[in-house]
Amino acid sequence: MLTDITIGQFFPGNSLLHRLDPRIKLVLTLFYIVLVFVPQNWLGLLIAVAFLIVALACSRLPARLILRSLKPTVPIILLTAIINLFYVAGDVLWSWWIFTITYQGVTTAVFIAIRLLCLIAGSSLLTYTTSPTTLTDAMERLLKPLKWLHINIHELAMMMTIALRFIPTLIEETDQIMSAQKARGADMESGGLMQRVRALVPVLIPLFVSAFRRAIDLAMAMECRCYHGGKGRTRMKQLHMQARDYMSLAVAALVLAGIILLNIYIPATI
Amino acid sequence: MEMLRTENLRFQYEYEEEAPTLVLDDLNLTIEEGSFVALLGHNGSGKSTLAKHFNAIQLPTGGRVLVRDMDTADESLCLKIRQTVGMVLQNPDNQLVSTIVEEDVAFGPENLGIPPAEIAQRVTDALQLVGMEAYRDHAPHKLSGGQKQRVAIAGILAMQPDCLVLDEPTAMLDPQGRKEVLETVRRLNRERGMTVVLITHYMEEAAQADRVVVMDDGHILRDGTPKEVFACVEELRAVALDVPQPTELCHLLRKAGIDLPSDVLTVEECVDALLKYKGVGE
Repeated sequence: MLTDITIGQFFPGNSLLHRLDPRIKLVLTLFYIVLVFVPQNWLGLLIAVAFLIVALACSRLPARLILRSLKPTVPIILLTAIINLFYVAGDVLWSWWIFTITYQGVTTAVFIAIRLLCLIAGSSLLTYTTSPTTLTDAMERLLKPLKWLHINIHELAMMMTIALRFIPTLIEETDQIMSAQKARGADMESGGLMQRVRALVPVLIPLFVSAFRRAIDLAMAMECRCYHGGKGRTRMKQLHMQARDYMSLAVAALVLAGIILLNIYIPATI
Repeated sequence: MEMLRTENLRFQYEYEEEAPTLVLDDLNLTIEEGSFVALLGHNGSGKSTLAKHFNAIQLPTGGRVLVRDMDTADESLCLKIRQTVGMVLQNPDNQLVSTIVEEDVAFGPENLGIPPAEIAQRVTDALQLVGMEAYRDHAPHKLSGGQKQRVAIAGILAMQPDCLVLDEPTAMLDPQGRKEVLETVRRLNRERGMTVVLITHYMEEAAQADRVVVMDDGHILRDGTPKEVFACVEELRAVALDVPQPTELCHLLRKAGIDLPSDVLTVEECVDALLKYKGVGE
């Protein structure tokens, strides 16, 4: 069950999306999050969906992967859709006791569900096609202006890289500790909530102790490799904006403009 | 030329309540450039502490440590010293910083401020040296223990050090991984003239070195070629150390009155000695 966690997972490849400048990908993802919430009619939403599908095709990742990233979010999306279904006023389609479903309710529910799905699929596409190190590198460079506020961006980015690096290691270790405790008769799968929480204590304590030990080791290993903060540090992978990066920004801007125009000329569905 | 030298090196941990414990006591050791030295000693003998003095991770309480005549106590030389003496630790998982092999290997040179094009070249060279160039784009956590440790070694090699200090690099590996790592280290020593200081618990690994230094309680107990050191079976036993199995076999046979040489290290040598005793061969 623990191995299902795909946070920050990266699938190496050589597609257009993989080769895009990570800074552009980061900006585009934020851009897309906005873009998904702009359309107010079906045609606009269709364009937003089409944009995502084109991006997916450019990533050359199997569709199955994207579906898998959507799976854990289904309950949240369903909940949002159901709340919308019952709470939007309008032409009544069906009514029983205190529950009323309206035509507008159905439309809004479907609309919002599609929006959320696009949102999640779009942002998971970012981590799927960008290595965590490149991603933090891009963040470090994009957030450089914050240096004026005396915020040490390099250290934040380093912390994030290390955190991402150790996720699989610590997950594996948790699995091991749980197996070891189970082998000694620990019961983690039965009892009430409190009992289960209490059963986790013998897992968490060794995990924390070992995490601190790893931290000490890692700090020493980093010192052995001449780490002394961000000062005077160079990067092997230089980021250079290329024609395709500007092109993709332009395409995204055009799509957004198109959706805004449609909002103006077509009456809103929600 | 000498690579490392300790002069009357003393080191103690300072605790507030307890009496200070002396880990290294007046230690004098010189390691020549290009040599392959194995450092032995049971737990708590001070061998890891000594290793950490070689690249200024720990500083002496008394005496000096010199790396190519650079004093490790001089803070301004710290980076130069760490670049000269690379250190590989026991647990390969805890030494890897990045989620991609090549980016991890680049970490050292990046810290040194090497130009990007040269870093890429160094990464390629280092990965080739340890035979991991095919795994350039892989995620380290999906590699085997031996492969991870070789990536960790490549990460040090990318800084182009002259000396490699390995603190029990094979302790957490399976036999296959152990073989891979040791072969890599031996090749670096033989083909590149890299000075190697190998701390190990495995006597078979120590037997492959040019020189074996045995530590006990912060002192140097024995220092010599593997043949000289392992001949002192009883003395090594007294400080809770083993000798290679063929050496032990010959030692026991000798005690039983069979006339065998005392400097047998490998299985082949043992077989030869036994054949000679029986008057076969030659």
